[in-house]
Amino acid sequence: MAEFSLPSNSRVGSGKNFPAAGAKRPRTFNIYRWDPDGSANPRLDAYTIDLDACGPMVLDALIKIKNEVDSTLTFRRSCREGICGSCAMNIDGTNTLACTKAIDDCATEVKIYPLPHMPVVKDLVPDLTQAYAQLRSIEPWLKADTPPPPDRERPQSLEERAKLDGLWECILCFCCTTSCPSYWWNGERYLGPAVLLQAYRWIADSRDEATGERLDALEDPFRLYRCHTIMNCTKTCPKNLNPAKAIAEIKKLMVARR
Amino acid sequence: MTMQTPLGRVRGLGSAKEGVTHWWAQRVTAVALVPLSLWFVASIVRLAGADHALVLAWLGSPLSAAMMILVIVATLHHAQLGLQVVIEDYVHREGLKVAAILLIKGTAILLATAAIVAILKIALRS
Repeated sequence: MAEFSLPSNSRVGSGKNFPAAGAKRPRTFNIYRWDPDGSANPRLDAYTIDLDACGPMVLDALIKIKNEVDSTLTFRRSCREGICGSCAMNIDGTNTLACTKAIDDCATEVKIYPLPHMPVVKDLVPDLTQAYAQLRSIEPWLKADTPPPPDRERPQSLEERAKLDGLWECILCFCCTTSCPSYWWNGERYLGPAVLLQAYRWIADSRDEATGERLDALEDPFRLYRCHTIMNCTKTCPKNLNPAKAIAEIKKLMVARR
Repeated sequence: MTMQTPLGRVRGLGSAKEGVTHWWAQRVTAVALVPLSLWFVASIVRLAGADHALVLAWLGSPLSAAMMILVIVATLHHAQLGLQVVIEDYVHREGLKVAAILLIKGTAILLATAAIVAILKIALRS
């Protein structure tokens, strides 16, 4: 059966408390901590910081905590402007990017966990090996037998190019995939919304000549049809994209080619 | 312990190259059930308080019998398609999964056949 409760070594206990003495505008962040070196269960550490001495985003708070309070706190981040997808995590119960999530939009006590239902490397760093392999498996690159014109790029009309809008903006943070219950229960076979949106990005590209081959590879009760239009993907996407619609378009093409 | 690469694991046994028939059948039966259910409910409401002979006469007419068979087939086909998906979602032990799906499909076929035989018996009595 699908597992609905956490295994005993993954149950989260309460952890340390780091108060902020003399803070003018204190705010507490409850952060999931797990150390692979050791046998302890994960715990929730409470860090209180002064927002008057902190930037506006959740990522600013995390960086402040790591710099000034507890250097062992581990998380991924790079661009701090919502374009690299590194700092995807679960904040107040919703997967999003720490760098574009304002602290003012959070609950009084901010809860921060790693992306759900993925193996954890350490603290807020999830192991995305499988998701990356799934992305690789749909061959996310242009496939064409016709060589490009010798003197310029492959031509594409404005209307054809417009079909890629809402698809190319995906930054592969996997907020959507890790929010999908179907991916939680069957992630080893279901490709998940992020990878299916990427698959559709190449199916929808007028320059690509492998559409049928791509649809062949997706037509599977698990790879594609585990999507039950739950829509968590679209609800959670920090870039406001619509993976559920991309998946629906693939399903429509499957019917169209019968 | 496995030393298989992540890509090898993800590619697995490859695509089953099926699923669209199942998905499409689920949609078609869902749409078909809209008029069929309305007809069924309207008929039952109209027959409220009718005696046994009147109900038999109603079900014995060719149109009622045909519609009733379609209601049975669409409902049970839709139900077994949907329940199959539920089993595939949550039951991960291969043997149990196959057994549960066969049980569901077998039950649907049994119920449909029994219902159709009953309707035909009434319809072909005269």
